Amino acid sequence: MTGRVLFSLALLLLAGTAWAEEPAQCRVAAHLVERDFALPQVNRAIAEKHLEILVVGAGSSLLPGSNGIKNAYPARLQHALGEALPGVTVKVTTDVQVKRSAGEMAKSLAPALAAEKPALVIWQTGTVDAMQSIDTDQFRAALDQGINIARSAGADVVLINAQYSPRTDSMIALGTYAENMRWVALQHEVPLFDRFSIMKLWADLGTFDLYSPAKKLDTAERVHDCIGRLLADLVVESAKPDEPHAEGGR
Amino acid sequence: MAPVPTERDLRLDLFRGIALWLIFLDHIPSNAVSWLTIRNYGFSDATEIFVFISGYTAAFVYGRAMQQHGFIVASARVLKRAWQIYVAHVFLFAIYLAEIAYVAHSFDNPLYTEEMGVLDFLKNPDITILQALLLKFKPVNMDVLPLYIVLLLWFPPMLWLLLRTPSLALVTSATFYALTWWFDWSIAAYPNGTWVFNPFAWQLMFVFGAWCALGGAQRLARWVNSPAVIGLAFAYIAFAFCIAMTWYFPRLGAFVPKFVGDAIYPIDKTNLDVLRIVHFLSLAVITVWLVPRDWSALKSPVAWPAIVCGQHSLEIFCLGVFLAFAAHFLFTEISNSLLTQITVSLFGIIVMVGAAALVSWYRTMERQGPGPRPPKIKPGYAGGDA
Repeated sequence: MTGRVLFSLALLLLAGTAWAEEPAQCRVAAHLVERDFALPQVNRAIAEKHLEILVVGAGSSLLPGSNGIKNAYPARLQHALGEALPGVTVKVTTDVQVKRSAGEMAKSLAPALAAEKPALVIWQTGTVDAMQSIDTDQFRAALDQGINIARSAGADVVLINAQYSPRTDSMIALGTYAENMRWVALQHEVPLFDRFSIMKLWADLGTFDLYSPAKKLDTAERVHDCIGRLLADLVVESAKPDEPHAEGGR
Repeated sequence: MAPVPTERDLRLDLFRGIALWLIFLDHIPSNAVSWLTIRNYGFSDATEIFVFISGYTAAFVYGRAMQQHGFIVASARVLKRAWQIYVAHVFLFAIYLAEIAYVAHSFDNPLYTEEMGVLDFLKNPDITILQALLLKFKPVNMDVLPLYIVLLLWFPPMLWLLLRTPSLALVTSATFYALTWWFDWSIAAYPNGTWVFNPFAWQLMFVFGAWCALGGAQRLARWVNSPAVIGLAFAYIAFAFCIAMTWYFPRLGAFVPKFVGDAIYPIDKTNLDVLRIVHFLSLAVITVWLVPRDWSALKSPVAWPAIVCGQHSLEIFCLGVFLAFAAHFLFTEISNSLLTQITVSLFGIIVMVGAAALVSWYRTMERQGPGPRPPKIKPGYAGGDA
């Protein structure tokens, strides 16, 4: 993981001031967003001018407070997609509850899909499984199951891995869960939004102070806004894999 | 009965010392310096080196004890060692609790409401501490010592067999490893899951080390030194390196054929994946080829810092775990700049070397002086631990 960060740092040094002029700070991590796998259902939905997305997640897909829902990344994703896809109606619904493992989320996936019929399921998981040290075979099986359920309901899937949380770094062993997610994503040819590496890069570059213990809602909101924007990039670009796209900053 | 070699191979101390440094660097969360360690460039990591060499030296020290004083005395010494390691583990757990409790205090960042749940165990100290004493609750990065304890408990009968029919002992160990994979044997952990290092699988590495110490290495020499094996070892390490690069640059993953990915993943650290064993063996073959036993640098001041750490592995391992906690504490409470990370990493290794030198000095003093301890009978393995 650190290797990737150092490589990214080197890239940034090479890129010089290109990113510094970019208004949104989050763009420094844009090159970490993978665009290797296509999202055919999203592609079709965009062509039909109506894109529905279901975000399935646990506590790290939420923000506390009265404006929490408005400022958390699912809503920010809807906003960013609306800007990126003029003329397309974008609707992001959520099935988010704290402390849910991948297995629990996979179970509630079928009813949620039946209710919403989305073209895309964005699935945030990994943290709770790592905290509860759920057996990794079970974790993998749950991911397989969830991806299969979503696909058979006619939806594409994007996985989101755990947050980078430096204060609890020595208490939650995220490593094996992240590796398993990467492997499952590769096997199913599903894009993985590497939230961990992106946030690690922000922390290393000082974009956001993620070490802070304090109750600073503004930083948390900006982090979620950035995650929403980068997710929107991933969705838009993966939906159009045939068109050439510029690397890095756009 | 197989003869136990008389002179300690300094290469073991050198590489165990280096493994201890690598484990320390890998255990500091968010440490840029851990980018240097071998786990980033292939399948195996410093744990294999540590367990293999620990098996090797355990056979070396307790093998001789078993030959000279019999099964009971040697077993008693092994169990005493296991007890020392248990005490060390509990001591480290106390330090861990202190660090966590401090870091948890006033942690209220809204971004991490979910992650804060990991601190809930502090609310139930009755259960947590009991489970920790039972070695079922093990905080992150505190899994190696419990593994070591179980490996030592299993070692006396294994050593007895190794001294009589080494091949049978190795086959027994490998069979046990295979059965573990077949039947999914494991040790339950608290609150969920299993031990991070499954002792039923990892015993193979330990017993293989012991087997090498008791004549196996000589038997393998013809194979290990053949150009074909060395070539294969290089090829495998190159393959592992290429796969490892796809972890950091996911776009390279497109070049890995699907059947290769399906065949190798997931690479199971808990049960000591065969890919990891082969990676370790390849590294060992190349190391033995590059570094001869009588290499002059082994006695030079350049190699001394690692060798002295490797000779006092339990003390230095524990110190490393403590220093990794302390480093994380510094990163969260004071600064996590790249400069701090490099300084803290370097300083930690210097402290490890200093402490090892101090332990060495104590041992020599106790041996020479008119202290309560009798002098060691055999100077052959002076300064070395199992």
